[in-house]
Amino acid sequence: MSALTCLRNPANAFTALVLLVFATGPVVMPLIGEPFYVIVFARIMVWAIAAVSLNLIMGYGGLISFGHAVYLGLGGYAVGILAFHGVTSGWAQLAVAIGASAAVALVFGAISLRTRGVYFIMITLALAQMIYFLAVSAEQYGSDDGLNILSRSDFGLAFYDLNDQATLYYTVFAVLLASVGVSARLVGSRFGAVLRAAKSNDTRVQAVGVATYRYRLTAFVIAGVMCGIAGFLQANLESFVSPDMMSWPRAGELIFMVVLGGMSTLFGPVTGAFVFLMVSDTLAEWTIHWHIIFGPLLVLVVLFARGGIAGLLNRKSANG
Amino acid sequence: MDHVLLIEQFLNGFQLGIILFLMAAGLTLVFGIMDLVNLAHGSLFMIGAFVGGTLALLTGSFILGVILMIPAMLVIGIAIEMTALRTLYARDHLDQVLATFGLILFFNEATRLIWGPEGLVVPLPAFLDGSVEIGLGITYPVYRIVIIAVGLAVALGLYILVGRTRIGMLIRAGASNRTMAGALGVNIPKLFSIVFGIGAVLAGLAGLIITPITQAQIGMGEDVLILAFVVIVIGGIGSIRGAFIAAIVTGVIDTMGRSFLDVLLLLFLPANAAESAGPALSSMLIYILMAAILFFKPQGLFPPKGAQ
Amino acid sequence: MLRKLLGSAAVLTLLAGPAAADGIKIGFVTTLTTPAAVIGKDMRDAVDLAVETLGGKMAGKDFEIVYADDEFNSQKGKQATERIVLRENVDIVAGYIWSNVLLASAPVVLGADKILISANAGPSPLAGAQCNKNFFNIAWQNDQTPMALGELLNQQGVKSLYLIAPNYAAGQNMVAGVERTFKGEIVGKDMTVWPSQRDWSAELTKVKAAKPEGIFTFYPGPAGPAFIKQYQQAGLEGEVPLYSVYTLDAISLPLFQKANMETVLGTKMTQFWVQDLDFPANKKFVADFRAKYGRYPSFYAAQAYDSIMYIASAVEAVGGDISDTDGMRAALEKADFDSVRGPFKMGNNHHPIQNFYERTVVKDADDNWTTAVGRTVLKDHQDPYASQCKM
Repeated sequence: MSALTCLRNPANAFTALVLLVFATGPVVMPLIGEPFYVIVFARIMVWAIAAVSLNLIMGYGGLISFGHAVYLGLGGYAVGILAFHGVTSGWAQLAVAIGASAAVALVFGAISLRTRGVYFIMITLALAQMIYFLAVSAEQYGSDDGLNILSRSDFGLAFYDLNDQATLYYTVFAVLLASVGVSARLVGSRFGAVLRAAKSNDTRVQAVGVATYRYRLTAFVIAGVMCGIAGFLQANLESFVSPDMMSWPRAGELIFMVVLGGMSTLFGPVTGAFVFLMVSDTLAEWTIHWHIIFGPLLVLVVLFARGGIAGLLNRKSANG
Repeated sequence: MDHVLLIEQFLNGFQLGIILFLMAAGLTLVFGIMDLVNLAHGSLFMIGAFVGGTLALLTGSFILGVILMIPAMLVIGIAIEMTALRTLYARDHLDQVLATFGLILFFNEATRLIWGPEGLVVPLPAFLDGSVEIGLGITYPVYRIVIIAVGLAVALGLYILVGRTRIGMLIRAGASNRTMAGALGVNIPKLFSIVFGIGAVLAGLAGLIITPITQAQIGMGEDVLILAFVVIVIGGIGSIRGAFIAAIVTGVIDTMGRSFLDVLLLLFLPANAAESAGPALSSMLIYILMAAILFFKPQGLFPPKGAQ
Repeated sequence: MLRKLLGSAAVLTLLAGPAAADGIKIGFVTTLTTPAAVIGKDMRDAVDLAVETLGGKMAGKDFEIVYADDEFNSQKGKQATERIVLRENVDIVAGYIWSNVLLASAPVVLGADKILISANAGPSPLAGAQCNKNFFNIAWQNDQTPMALGELLNQQGVKSLYLIAPNYAAGQNMVAGVERTFKGEIVGKDMTVWPSQRDWSAELTKVKAAKPEGIFTFYPGPAGPAFIKQYQQAGLEGEVPLYSVYTLDAISLPLFQKANMETVLGTKMTQFWVQDLDFPANKKFVADFRAKYGRYPSFYAAQAYDSIMYIASAVEAVGGDISDTDGMRAALEKADFDSVRGPFKMGNNHHPIQNFYERTVVKDADDNWTTAVGRTVLKDHQDPYASQCKM
């Protein structure tokens, strides 16, 4: 299928549009007098990366993790805590972010994946809450007030300085594309096939002799690391990290973004994050009572647009 | 550390456990019978506090407010069930989580629009305020004793309801095998409405009786909700007995942790760290407990027999 | 779809509005949602009153207030600040109730080289090592009021004290303040989880066991009434007197009065401002506020009102030319305006050097519960962090 034919599909066209908006943001937005939106887009992209990572285990793996926001926090505090102690090396911070996310995901996954259904949801929530309370109790690192990060990660490369807004922005964009790419590779591989089959019918896959637990755990760790990297980027973007970034409402919002865009589609989490955050931002500007519109909106999406935006748009095209 | 402090903190923990039990009982009933994950259960807690509190202020009597709250919450609960939640029974848990998450936003904002952002202060009648000597040289707030008594009475009532009445039998049948019960002629939709109504009353009661202590405010149900979910997971989903035991254990651990953990920590850490780590770490204790229990018993302590 | 997006982009551009050609834009960050919005409302009302009193003009130029909501959250407050600084392009930023929100948001304003005026939050870093030429505090530094309270306790002859406060920047400052000046013994200290912990049964039980001569507490906003309720229910009323700062004020007192909690009548606290301070600017402010809103202003309102008048005095000093930031700063350092607290000076760290008075909760002539000024506990007091500020 040629690219053009691909774009005839409304879902794909919308995805392409969102990506175009992201790609051209730093150039176009200042031109139309809205430079503030460059920051907004960068923020959305970070959430999109987190959503892509969640989609890996939730959309394709069927594992509804209510504690995924914790990895954003781990990545963020890796930057924050190290910077607090004077370690501003981006390499060190990134290594810690990845290491911590992988370790925590391994432990949490090992515990949670022994359960099913709503127990799984609850235990992922509970484990994330533990990290949340740990951060809240860390008085030295600001506890509930959060931690200001005074300088961005320094990679020690002359041509690559995250203090330059454009560099940071396009780094986030590149990581977003890379995360979707990794997702695509994984899902299309034998690994992904096992994951998706296990989502469908775990018993049958095990009956064929495949140890689904190990596949799921691996996916869990990969998703955790990807989200940790998003957290690393978020800390640089916001120059700030706080426990609130890994609270359970954030995790709920992440789930929503994935569902909104269209679960188990490659770009669903990206468009989902975009629409979710743009709509909530816009509504919030209209009225301080925006929750009373947003809440029912979410309910309606769940009830009538189960396939998310991708589903809606695809349905439209199917109906001609 | 004298016995007075120990016993008082134990009672405080027990009282917290009672509140958690009221929340968890409704939650476990709804989840056990209707297989519905309802995040908005915390909103029912809040609505009970505001509606009941308003009734108390209007009638000038807190007791009257509690009594009137019961039919009010029954009506409100059934109304919510029939309009917003019916469509969710057929959906999977993810849909239920997301839809009820959206409902939380709606209820919080609606409450703010109706009652304003300040919340509600509900006074107690004079005879319930103040403390009383309960022996062993301990004086304890009268009202907290009342809460414990009410909670135990409700627990007893639920036990009788579920174990000894016709409706209870229908509830247990529905929990065991919904399709079969329906095939045998039980009006499932009506049963579900009633169960949800009961859950709403329990949540509303919890919210209302804690209000004279902590004041009613927007979003007050959210922290309790998470704890209530932990409780029912530990106790076993669908089991009221499990909910009771898990709730009391959770309440006691949380309160005793907050009181004594910093003393314990002082043995290992400098004073500053021990002081602030104590309360936060004790909140972690509950989750550690839950993780440990689920590790050995993935279905909780008392999963109902024959549950699907 | 493409058309829709372009359309909304166009709408957004229109909504951004033309930059007020010759006017002054003042951003005011406060809490407009969540239960803590009661404080934000009081401040907003005061700011609106100030705008009205000034006739919407400073030095002949039109000015407008752009309100932003911090949602009682540091991250959201920071984002709200970003929005008004980077998108609305305000000239000056004021407000900030909460110390944690201020600490997170200050870099945004100061990094954009704009003037930031705190109308409430007074965290120690900004008074000391992190003081900034563009940052001014028109209210107080967090430690000052409890330092005055510690001094009051000494004067009352209290020998032992138990401290209960929330575990965040301001709570820690309050406790530190009391510990600085109180000469008696601290028999216990509990820093509670903020803002989620609203049941103090565990801590109050410990107080009973410790048997101190007084409890010191700090619970701003809606947590105040909840704490005092539980203090009363624990049977501590009459046993262990309650001393507080920023817990009983014109916002919470009506709630107490409605619930008939007579236990608060006669309680003492300290503050830099009281409703019945006998200065012309204050008399006018309180009278105007009562006339317009039918209630007493809280100290939050007084500070918010002062912040606008303070800015106005600086704008007047530069003849309306706010691009003259050096001139603005010089004027703000002089603080030459009629504050509702009476005459005061600005310290080297841009925090006020002012008096602190004893306040008691009383019933006024119309049977409303309010506070009355007593003796001056600290005169011309400067915060303890001024020496750490290199300005």
